[in-house]
Amino acid sequence: MSEIDTQRRNFLKTSVGAAAVAIAPGIMLFDIAHGKPEGASSKVRWGMLIDTAQCKTGCNECVTACNKENGLSGGTAATDSQWIRKIEIKDISNGRELSLPMMCQHCEHPPCVDVCPTNASMKRADGIVLVDKHRCIGCRYCMMACPYKARSFVHEPLHDQNPDVPRGKGTVESCTLCVHRVDEGRQPACVESCPNKAILFGDLNDANSEIAVKVRAVASVQIRADLHLNPGVRYQGI
Amino acid sequence: MSYTSPYELKSPLYYLLIALALLVLCGGLLAVHEMESQGHIITGMNNQVVWGMPHVFAIFLIVAASGVLNVSSIGSVFNKPDYKARSPLAGLLSIAMLGGGLMVLMLDLGRPDRIIVAATNYNPTSVFAWNIVLYSGMFATVFVYLWTMMERRMYPWSKAAGLAVFVWRFVLTTGTGLIFAFLVARQAYASAILPPMFIILSFAWGFAVFYLAQSAIYAWNGKTLEAHVQKRMSRLMGVFVIGALYLVATYHLTNLYFARQTAFEHFILLDGGVYPQLFWLGYIVIGNLLPLLLIFHPSLGKTKSVVGASLAIILGAFALLYVFIIGGQAFPLDIFPGFETSSAFGDGVIASYRPSVFEVLLGLGSLAAAFLITAIGIRVLNFVPREVPQKVEHH
Repeated sequence: MSEIDTQRRNFLKTSVGAAAVAIAPGIMLFDIAHGKPEGASSKVRWGMLIDTAQCKTGCNECVTACNKENGLSGGTAATDSQWIRKIEIKDISNGRELSLPMMCQHCEHPPCVDVCPTNASMKRADGIVLVDKHRCIGCRYCMMACPYKARSFVHEPLHDQNPDVPRGKGTVESCTLCVHRVDEGRQPACVESCPNKAILFGDLNDANSEIAVKVRAVASVQIRADLHLNPGVRYQGI
Repeated sequence: MSYTSPYELKSPLYYLLIALALLVLCGGLLAVHEMESQGHIITGMNNQVVWGMPHVFAIFLIVAASGVLNVSSIGSVFNKPDYKARSPLAGLLSIAMLGGGLMVLMLDLGRPDRIIVAATNYNPTSVFAWNIVLYSGMFATVFVYLWTMMERRMYPWSKAAGLAVFVWRFVLTTGTGLIFAFLVARQAYASAILPPMFIILSFAWGFAVFYLAQSAIYAWNGKTLEAHVQKRMSRLMGVFVIGALYLVATYHLTNLYFARQTAFEHFILLDGGVYPQLFWLGYIVIGNLLPLLLIFHPSLGKTKSVVGASLAIILGAFALLYVFIIGGQAFPLDIFPGFETSSAFGDGVIASYRPSVFEVLLGLGSLAAAFLITAIGIRVLNFVPREVPQKVEHH
């Protein structure tokens, strides 16, 4: 073997080694972050059907589960983030009382996305409305625009974040429909935690899914349907 | 242009004011530093009242920056020589206030360090994104306009530039009104009357700022405003105040007519605590009745009264904006019409808001910035109004 061949062989070996060293962390990090090579599909419309008859006053399991899953403090000061909250409602005309969870309604036409100057507020192809933490400049216009008061602003420095759910001081955040779990084929934390199975999660576009079957079978409403935002979260029994 | 300024701004008061403004500006920047390191927790803003005192200052300055250009428009577009002599000062004040307003708006962001993101990602459906274009365009058009007025070779273009400014500021204030007008779910805001309301408010507020600045400059130089100019300007200011009051009244009256809005109007005009007080005492009495009295009462209406009227109009503006911005958010969202609601997230209750010292410092810092730009501008360039010689028959 000539000296040039040896040199060439060594050069190729080194190059392949260097390339492997360069690419490997990327592949490993992608794996750690549970990244998926394919994007969200527009054939899917993730949604929820909440049965208010099954939701109990005083029960806060969904809120606790959400806080734990997403690394929220669980505080209820006006400056604390609350991605999901229990609302007690009382019909003024007849006194009928209900308890229900309220969170980002994952609208088809989300006002938060319309008003966001930097496109940080966005709707995924599968209907999940999210905030890109790297693009959000913290102007809070989306909080002004949301009819459901579903968004929170991070008012304080953060500690001990869940690596699956990155957050950022000075940015706006809200329910992600536990997108990190949904992408793994799991259910959102609030759905799993509900002792009465009051929250049904699934693909509204799949005619055979449990949620689509039930939405066809029972009367359900969208909150503030008069605004024509077509939320992905529906309520039964209001 | 050969020009020797008769306006020697050498009085110790001038330097004292410059020093004071620098101090206030530093206070504002210190507040920003604290807000950035500790987070917005140190402000009075929260998840219910998301825009607070900084936005009151910002919107006042931006609206007044647009309105002050009325002086230019009357001069350049409608050919009134008395106003033409004042166009450069109006242009300078506009740039100064726009700069101050944008400063506070940007520094209040959760992530002001990401301003480059706002410049490079543009959402065409966002009114904020439109406003980024409108504000930077306003700077550019006013700069060009000033150039055409101050450079002899550019004089022929002055009228065209004045017309561009005239159109641009209308669009800009429309954009400011639309920030609120497009918020469909908020009872206080979703109304098509807001853009015209902001435009007419801008006339009154901008004119008041102009009159104050002009009076200060004249006083420093021991000059008095010619009587006919003084009378004309103060009357016009009064007309603007009446026009703005009419639109504010129309906004509330239309709301009162809609049954779904009456609870909100009840809150903001009657039983909402600090908000109705600020509306009636701050905006109606101090911001309208007092200036109208000072301007139109037969025994008043001279420079000193009109300076008082200008100050009252500005105070009234802050009162109105506080009621509009903060009161409008304090009233709970009607997520379940026909239901009483309660939760751990402030549903169904009036939100509380107490401005913190940091917010006020930031707001005052923006006023100081606008003052500094103006004060240094008139010192280094020829912005001061010089009367057009009167024709003989006037004397």
